[in-house]
Amino acid sequence: MSAIALTLGPVFFHWSPDRLLDFYRRIANEAPIDRVHVGEVVCGKRMPFSDPAWPEIIERLESAGKEVVLSTLAAPATVRERRSIADLCTDERLVEINDVTALPSRSGKPFVTGPFLNVYNEASARFLIQRGATTICPPVELSLAAVGAMAGVCPEAEFEIFVFGRLPLALSGRCYHARINGLHKDSCQFICERDPDGLAVDTLDDQQFLAINGVQTLSNQVHAFCPAPADVTSRSVRRIRLSPHTCDMVEVAKTYRALADGREDPKGARFILSCLDLPGRLVDGYALGKPGWQTTASI
Amino acid sequence: MKSGRMELVCPAGTPATLRAAVQAGADAVYCGFRDETNARNFPGLNFSREELAEGVRFAHDHGSKVLVAINTFARVNDVDLWKKAADTAAECGANAIIAADIAVLDHVAKNHKQVRLHLSVQAAAATPEAIGFYATSFGIRRVVLPRVLSVQEIAALNRAIEVETEAFVFGGLCVMIEGRCYLSSYATGKSPNLNGVCSPPEMVSYDDEPNSTAARLSGFTIDRYEPGEPVGYPTLCKGKFKAGGKTSYLFEDPVSLNAGGMIAGLKAAGVTALKIEGRQRGKGYVTEVVHAFRKAVDAVGQGGDAIEIDRILAGQSEGSRQTAGAYSKKWR
Repeated sequence: MSAIALTLGPVFFHWSPDRLLDFYRRIANEAPIDRVHVGEVVCGKRMPFSDPAWPEIIERLESAGKEVVLSTLAAPATVRERRSIADLCTDERLVEINDVTALPSRSGKPFVTGPFLNVYNEASARFLIQRGATTICPPVELSLAAVGAMAGVCPEAEFEIFVFGRLPLALSGRCYHARINGLHKDSCQFICERDPDGLAVDTLDDQQFLAINGVQTLSNQVHAFCPAPADVTSRSVRRIRLSPHTCDMVEVAKTYRALADGREDPKGARFILSCLDLPGRLVDGYALGKPGWQTTASI
Repeated sequence: MKSGRMELVCPAGTPATLRAAVQAGADAVYCGFRDETNARNFPGLNFSREELAEGVRFAHDHGSKVLVAINTFARVNDVDLWKKAADTAAECGANAIIAADIAVLDHVAKNHKQVRLHLSVQAAAATPEAIGFYATSFGIRRVVLPRVLSVQEIAALNRAIEVETEAFVFGGLCVMIEGRCYLSSYATGKSPNLNGVCSPPEMVSYDDEPNSTAARLSGFTIDRYEPGEPVGYPTLCKGKFKAGGKTSYLFEDPVSLNAGGMIAGLKAAGVTALKIEGRQRGKGYVTEVVHAFRKAVDAVGQGGDAIEIDRILAGQSEGSRQTAGAYSKKWR
């Protein structure tokens, strides 16, 4: 087994069932990824559309030898959303918890804590490990050094760092896709589907800044942290997470696999990523303890 | 509601505002230490150990309670700083500690059983399951509700949980779910969760340009003002942005929360305590707002009608625009 494992995080965007099926078919057949998260994380209103697609997707991924993790909603509110979390938590597969709502139904069984769950220190990590956390992917604003400091003293769990994709920065009770179109969340017409990588938000001076995805706000820039493998393994971090976009994610996965295996150096990996059809420019500030929009590495 | 009269919880950024809030009729004041353990870690604000002890004596002598906010997320390898803050609050006689981080909650639950634990809004617990988890694990007695719930949703929540609820009624309004927003660290490197600050002042610039002034945060233009227009603070989520071919206050207009008209509704929804935001505010402001809300809460308690409540709270807008936020369903 490789020293650094690759995880594909959940799709944050409102993709049609056909798009989801096509995407995961390619991931199953072509991507050198060990673990794949499936399920809706951002908005419970989208679930009736995507829910029918998941059984086939899971079957394809598992047939291809991928470990499937069921991701759960980050901001559940309605009875239906809460029930869906409780139902997913009974599954024998690994479940990703993105809100404390899921903890009572999953406690005692293995789970992943996703980047929406606030694990900022070793004491919180230990508390969750005692209740079943086996992989911890801390909030994106934490640096590799901070994640490593937790990983170093919590060897019972795998620590995972978010390395690729627009950064999930905030969630709201309000839907911005609805608001910008003069609608309310309760009658949103699912217009977030028009922006499969999110809708760019620029400043008044046309600086690329953020992106909206329904109730979620992301970075406009694409976080693309490309560490040398030893920088990750020396800090006891054992997994890196890629976040799905419409660009060629198989190529992204191959690039990170080559980077993790030492077949590609960080500069080469960043160059390959910069050539893809990405929704924003590459940044990596958070991983180095800087503001998230900054770029510390050159291509 | 779990008990009779609604409790008015008021901000105390300094010892002087603590005394002002108590004298204006606060049932409880909340404050924090002068470091990154609390979510209003601003220069010139907050309490030393001695100031807190004195503040607790003053409040208790006047029949008010003191709630100490230790509600940021403890930094890795520095958890002891947060634990010591909790120890100090307990030693000073605080009535409750307001916390969000599991590490802090766990420490207080194990070591300071005599101190009530209130779950901070920063924990973003909005469902019976999440609140139940904190109640079972740490014995929290109250949850400060995330500002994303409508009054109807709060009523349903109160029917499903055992602990008390506290709802914001006035002051600054976070549009994002608090405790889960990294916009500030994305732009500036400093965030509410890590540092107790949002859109920090040292990263703000007001740049005079031909025929306008630009308000920027870390170089990002957050808003622009015509000559003579009042200039606002460039808080990220209240900025004017371009998206989808439109220029707008995409996330929220530059408004503040005023749910004064919803006090009766929140009472009917079973809310125990009403919270006024504003630990960064001065003595005069706190006195005036607390005084008005004291009268409004008492009037609601005595069955006062909506017109009377509106009259009492008229003038509490500072000329800025206000919203009832998520309490009204159409906000979403």
